[in-house]
Amino acid sequence: MPKLYDLAHCRAGDKGNTSILSLIAYRAEDYPLLAQSVTVDAVARHLRGIVEGEIRRFELPQLGALQFVCEQSLGGGVTTSLALDAHGKSLSSALLEMEI
Amino acid sequence: MRTSLRIGGGAGFSGDRLDAPVHLAQYGALDYLVLECLAERTIALAQLRRRRDPASGFDPRLGQRIHMLLPILKRKGIRLVTNMGAANPLAAADVIVGIARQLSIPVKVAAVTGDDVLDALDLDAPTMEGGIPLSHYAPLVSANAYLGAEALLPALASGADIVITGRIADPSLFVAPLAHEFGWALDDVDRMARGTVVGHLLECAGQLCGGYFADPGRKEIPDMANLGFPFADVDADGHAVVGKVAGTGGRITLATAKEQLLYEVTDPHGYLTPDVTADFSTVTLAETGADRIAVRGARGRPRPAQLKVSVGYFAGYVGEGEIGYAGSNALARARLAGEIVRKRLNGRFAELRIDLIGSTSLHGRAPDGDDKPYEVRLRVAARAQTREEAALVGDEVEALYTNGPAGGGGARKYVNEQIGIVSTLLDRARVASEITLREWTTHAEVV
Repeated sequence: MPKLYDLAHCRAGDKGNTSILSLIAYRAEDYPLLAQSVTVDAVARHLRGIVEGEIRRFELPQLGALQFVCEQSLGGGVTTSLALDAHGKSLSSALLEMEI
Repeated sequence: MRTSLRIGGGAGFSGDRLDAPVHLAQYGALDYLVLECLAERTIALAQLRRRRDPASGFDPRLGQRIHMLLPILKRKGIRLVTNMGAANPLAAADVIVGIARQLSIPVKVAAVTGDDVLDALDLDAPTMEGGIPLSHYAPLVSANAYLGAEALLPALASGADIVITGRIADPSLFVAPLAHEFGWALDDVDRMARGTVVGHLLECAGQLCGGYFADPGRKEIPDMANLGFPFADVDADGHAVVGKVAGTGGRITLATAKEQLLYEVTDPHGYLTPDVTADFSTVTLAETGADRIAVRGARGRPRPAQLKVSVGYFAGYVGEGEIGYAGSNALARARLAGEIVRKRLNGRFAELRIDLIGSTSLHGRAPDGDDKPYEVRLRVAARAQTREEAALVGDEVEALYTNGPAGGGGARKYVNEQIGIVSTLLDRARVASEITLREWTTHAEVV
């Protein structure tokens, strides 16, 4: 089964306790597949135990990108989390492990 | 009037590389250089330093950066805009003037203040984190409003070589020179939005040029040890082409630009800054040459009525301890070590975290269920009200040497004071920025 890693790249950003995951297709022609298969529900399932809050998905077809804004994902917030990766910077790699 | 302006992004955070902006200033044919050095928590930490020493509280590497850059900036006529003033822009301006005197380089510095709103805050005001009132977090360490480009315009109009401030929205550091040079009206929402996109692309410096992007075999970036920092050529309408100096390391491609464009954007249809509500969803990117990407199409709506305020508070102390295990059954021994420490610390801490580095520390699990890493490092962390209490965590981990599972090695322990950040909103009328000029000429100092 191919992973998202084979089709797309990803960068994670943070605001407070919210993680923002940008998923970008390497090739424009793969964007429809991403848009169809990487749904909010699929991401919520894949990142269960990490993302505790609501996930919003924004479609950016002209960039071949999906933007996931995941609330309550950073152990209470960047500045007070006990996690090693308090910013959730490595969550980009977690998302790309998703099988599609 | 100008038809084009070139602005460089010379720092993405306080700890960023020092040599890259020097090279950019030397060879980049810049009109302006921007150094963005304030992360969320940086200013609260700077405020703590200022309380201990009223002449401090600015970026700890301000002096180093100015020493390296000032001669080039003056020779090339490049103006510098930076938030390295952190919690004390006035003291920062004095430091710059002192360096200029030492180097015999005349300089005019404009310090922009007014972001410090600790005394103007209503402690009953709700935070943006669940509406809990600010008073819940007292005693507060710092409260800084995000100023906008507007606050920098009088400083730029003063003719200062260097404009230094504290908390300001990152893109505004770039929008201000554009608005100043091209005479943009503050309510010209489309141009302000385009300028904001330029600022957003440049504000993390190397991240546009392949930094934080590379993945060997998949996303190849050449010569990252010499990563070039970016610039943008912006026209009077705010359309831009981003690039970097030929011969530097890194790459600017559609892919690097897309990652940076979307970085930390919580709503691509409405990116909020003090200057504008910018719609990033209409932005188009096009490759126009090697390491050149054209950026067009951002649309704007009016700026928010209120300013965001970042509030720092004492969040106690974090104690940490680590120890490593290797070979067959390493994971089981590390897990046992964690259980022992948890029992020893039982009930002392409201929040205790046990990580197995090499297995579960980043995402709480290894997705493939691979339970046989060759080496694993146990990390235990807990928050406490006092430094002494926090130190117990590292002590218990260290005691695993003689009381824990076989073969533990490389124990380390740490205690760190923690500053938390919450946000609130403040009416613009409560925030008044002002500028102070500090000047040194070869003849006399004018204050």
